[in-house]
Amino acid sequence: MGRPYEIAILSGKGGTGKTSITAAFAAFASNTVFVDCDVDAADLHLIFSPENYHHETFPSGAKAVIDPEKCKNCGLCRKLCRFNAIEEIKDAFVIDEFTCEGCGLCSEACPEGAITIEEYEKNHIYFSESRFGPMVYGKLGIAEENSGKLVSQVRIYAKNIALKNDSNYILIDGPPGIGCPVISSVTGTDAIIAITEPTLSGWHDLLRLIEMTNRFHSRIFVVLNKYDLNEEMAAKIEKELKKIKIPLLGKIPYNETMIDSLLEGKSITEYKPDCDISVEIKNIWEIIMSKFTEAKKDKA
Amino acid sequence: MTYKIAITSGKGGTGKTTVSTGLFYVLTKHLKYSAQLIDCDVEEPDCHIFIKGNMDKKLPVNISIPVIHDAKCTYCGICKEACAFNAIVIIPSSNFIEVVEDMCHACGACSYLCPEEGAVTEKTKEIGQVTYYNYNNDNDSFIEGRMHVGNALQTRVIRDTIRHTGQQDIILYDSPPGTSCPVVATVSKSDYVVLVTEPSPFGLYDLKLMTETVKILGKKHGVIINKSGLDYKPLYDYLKEENMTLLGEIPFKKEYAKEYSKGNILPESDNDLANNYKNIINRILDGKTL
Repeated sequence: MGRPYEIAILSGKGGTGKTSITAAFAAFASNTVFVDCDVDAADLHLIFSPENYHHETFPSGAKAVIDPEKCKNCGLCRKLCRFNAIEEIKDAFVIDEFTCEGCGLCSEACPEGAITIEEYEKNHIYFSESRFGPMVYGKLGIAEENSGKLVSQVRIYAKNIALKNDSNYILIDGPPGIGCPVISSVTGTDAIIAITEPTLSGWHDLLRLIEMTNRFHSRIFVVLNKYDLNEEMAAKIEKELKKIKIPLLGKIPYNETMIDSLLEGKSITEYKPDCDISVEIKNIWEIIMSKFTEAKKDKA
Repeated sequence: MTYKIAITSGKGGTGKTTVSTGLFYVLTKHLKYSAQLIDCDVEEPDCHIFIKGNMDKKLPVNISIPVIHDAKCTYCGICKEACAFNAIVIIPSSNFIEVVEDMCHACGACSYLCPEEGAVTEKTKEIGQVTYYNYNNDNDSFIEGRMHVGNALQTRVIRDTIRHTGQQDIILYDSPPGTSCPVVATVSKSDYVVLVTEPSPFGLYDLKLMTETVKILGKKHGVIINKSGLDYKPLYDYLKEENMTLLGEIPFKKEYAKEYSKGNILPESDNDLANNYKNIINRILDGKTL
């Protein structure tokens, strides 16, 4: 079918069910490459139990280091640093490694040549096979940075695999929020499925996500998860979405079976394929498929 | 003395905001502490949904980004070479130079290092806002950081927000989810870290990641199990093995989920829960006098 369609599952607010729903789609998504872009807290592999066949490290940013032997305490670096990452402790200048962004200005400017920039490679990318198909995921080193670039690289690898396999879809489990790793997860996708919940916070966060995605060409669809925890709020969200002309693909009920399936290391659609949640998720997946078939016809 | 407590979780949606606003409510209403709540989840700040205060003042979070003037630029490439964020594109043969603003971290290296007088100047860009709310006739007790939609420098907005930390006895930072730079920016400025988790494989896995992070940062920490009820043994085993302080458990109840969905603070209408939070606060303070 040519180029694979890239679909990102996002939410704005955390904990609305991105990963559980991505895994649930997997049962129906044939010939698909799966990608976990929530590199801070990648959880999809807990359900996929993939076998890794290749691992790479990836740069996790750079930090300045001051050599106390060479430093003459002139304080220029501290004056120039826009991140306030240089502290004066007992007449010595030291870098706060958790605040330094590794821009390198201090190192360039230091008249004594006392500052070097150390590069780190503590982020990881895993290539794996799972019962659902190929999976690529990123894992940020503990307390490391560079998540936006890591997400971009993970997606490039996933796309290469999809092109080689002539896959139909790339399904991306995205991070919460609307910041840099989310922007990297959205760039160049064909569609975004935003998972929300019937809460004021879920709605507030979804609106910010929708606004963020406006600048991209991806089509955005919404899935309302756990809708029966507050049906009044669910109805309100449904109405508001209609007003802003964003399609609601479906409403998934709250049911503890979802947690039971996780405890078994399975997706809900594998664990209880006939339960109300699974049936609704299957419906939603079919609607998404039909949207792409329409899109293909339009192109033709 | 000011005691700064960061409320974190690796996984999103475990209840950071529920816990932050619940603690803030009990600290100020029941225990009469002077406390300040700072919403550091600048991508999706939600505390204001629960702590209903009037906006008092808004301060911009500004960065200075470069503007390159073609007429004075010699296309020497020093700025591009210096830029650690690949935010400068130069094609010398076509006399083309451009700043990719979305990639720029506003470090100032290009303007400082440019050898040509006036070729690189700077302009101000507003990337977010810090809002002071008036709550309980106090205009300094609830502050929110909010990144403008479309920006990617969330860590910068968090750092700016944290600079507004006051002199109250207890400061609560509602942290963003995850374990990376935005969380580190919040946690590194705190004295104590509350790790909110839930009894599920995802909750446990992400709790482990977050625990590693707080250990690297060398912070005192304790765990709150939210939405408890499910006897998920691996979580309790982990806490025991790692010898971690269990600060308390907040049970899962459909009524709680419903109150939360409407933007209500749970201990406001539930005395048991208020007492639960009091115990959690006592365990965090652990005999400390403020």
